[in-house]
Amino acid sequence: MTDRLPGFSTLAVHAGAQPDPTTGARATPIYQTTSFVFNDADHAASLFGLQAFGNIYTRIGNPTNAVLEERVAALEGGTAALAVASGHAAQVVVLQQLLKPGDEIIAARKLYGGSINQFTHAFKAFGWNVAWADPDEIESFERAVTPHTKAIFIESIANPAGSITDIEAIAAVARKAGVPLIVDNTLASPYLIKPIDHGADIVVHSLTKFLGGHGNSLGGIIVDAGTFDWSKDNKYPMLSEPRPEYHGIRIQETFGNFAFAIACRVLGLRDLGPALSPFNAFMILTGIETLPLRMQKHCDNAKAVAEFLSTHPAVSAVNYAGLPGDRYNALQRKYAPKGAGAVFTFSLKGGYDAGVNLVSNLQLFSHLANVGDTRSLVIHPASTTHSQLDDAAKVKSGAAPEVVRLSIGIEDKEDLIADLDQALRA
Amino acid sequence: MNHDAYDDNYIRSILNNVKTIAMVGASPVNVRPSYFAFKYLAQRGYDMIPVNPGHVGKTLMGKAFVASLADIDRPIDMIDIFRNSSHIMPVVEEALKLSPLPKVIWMQLGARDDAAAEKAEAAGLKVVMNRCPKIEYGRLSSEISWMGVNSRTLSSKRAPIPTQGMRLSLNRTSFGGGQTAASDRAAKNKTETT
Repeated sequence: MTDRLPGFSTLAVHAGAQPDPTTGARATPIYQTTSFVFNDADHAASLFGLQAFGNIYTRIGNPTNAVLEERVAALEGGTAALAVASGHAAQVVVLQQLLKPGDEIIAARKLYGGSINQFTHAFKAFGWNVAWADPDEIESFERAVTPHTKAIFIESIANPAGSITDIEAIAAVARKAGVPLIVDNTLASPYLIKPIDHGADIVVHSLTKFLGGHGNSLGGIIVDAGTFDWSKDNKYPMLSEPRPEYHGIRIQETFGNFAFAIACRVLGLRDLGPALSPFNAFMILTGIETLPLRMQKHCDNAKAVAEFLSTHPAVSAVNYAGLPGDRYNALQRKYAPKGAGAVFTFSLKGGYDAGVNLVSNLQLFSHLANVGDTRSLVIHPASTTHSQLDDAAKVKSGAAPEVVRLSIGIEDKEDLIADLDQALRA
Repeated sequence: MNHDAYDDNYIRSILNNVKTIAMVGASPVNVRPSYFAFKYLAQRGYDMIPVNPGHVGKTLMGKAFVASLADIDRPIDMIDIFRNSSHIMPVVEEALKLSPLPKVIWMQLGARDDAAAEKAEAAGLKVVMNRCPKIEYGRLSSEISWMGVNSRTLSSKRAPIPTQGMRLSLNRTSFGGGQTAASDRAAKNKTETT
């Protein structure tokens, strides 16, 4: 058969998963095992020395997880991927390959609140410094570059208000600075945006959100675009220098355009330990098979709900990039023409009390701290996730007292609109 | 032949048909990429010959090093060149003096010399540049998928169970499986600027 390039939906179902060679099982088996037997002593030595491809121990790799890895790599257009226990674990493992104490990362100010915490507190304790920049002002990234900068980190569709980032403009800053661009593509998923096509060198995900999609399994993944030259200027010794734990192997020289994914596996996951359970990998793989269908429905529903809210008498403002008047609408049409995602915020004329009332009056929307579920979700940040901040800090982080965040599910849009309408009127 | 992107069937037919491979620039040091590739290919049943004038008198996995291609005592199907792009042409010129001629010139990952490729193709040889036979073997047998690598193949067919030691079959029917265009572009830009 001649080569042809399959479409996104075909990859979502097939990439990485061939029938099991031993049993013929068509669905991907759950290899619920900690370890794998070696053929002989030399095979074992070859595996430990990275000379052979194969399985040793599930903290380093597992056949079920490998199917998930190859599938997400294929969907993102990357050379390889590494699945880990959560999106947060993905971020630690990525930065461990790139930063030494005293090094810096430039991060977009608009990030998932959990990432802001992780960067500000946990990473600071590792001696990894963060310089914050404003994704709405590209020059702020350029100004933040110093000789210690080792990476730039952004979200494609950014928390909490679903704003769209100009990935190509920030990729140009990263190229000029000679550092990789890391894009958290969780809220877009590769169905809406493929950051590697716009200049990303590394893509990370919380698989827990739209990729898994059903709110039942935590997971994270790192995708290597295979685009960055780690050995140039010797800025990334984990990849370019001989590794003492592997008898002097140089990772990039040995693994070429998937060296970063290998470094994350054999230096990061192996030593830090945040392995993904094969059961979770199976659940997430099953979710990914319907990603194109779900994501389109999420976006279509979100647009209908945003349009409804924008004309509602109790609502003062809606931030949804898919609405024609939105400040991110032009970027949305460029980067995510199929839809603006399903996470956005809106503001209530009635302020804090109206936010609390809305959340308690909703009957179909679930009040919880997650996004990207089949079910529609709601949170009032000022009374929950951001309640410890003073009012000024709440406003600055996009969690002003009158702001409500929605993650729109795949129910019938009429029912979602009716639920919001009755709750706003109650 | 388009040397920017090879059809999977082109690579598959080479790896299925060659039996004897001379590896120019093979290293006896067990952390060098050439050692990895030599060992991997030997374990998959290829008759491997290490060529490196600096190591004559030593052996690699039981095979004696030879100084040059002319010193090999049997016909060679493929020459796998583990040298920088600037050292490719003399190896190809030496290969073209062999009788019988080899069937394939393979230049390792990172190595590319279009003039040398043209010369070899004019003499009827097949040429692969900037690829690793270990990675390509692992990709087309989908063994490399165990490492989370995008094999760029899809298949609804059960892979044959290995019958010969560690040699997984390359004969699984497969369908091109997605691209890594950004990485290919980056590699091309790098070879053009160096």
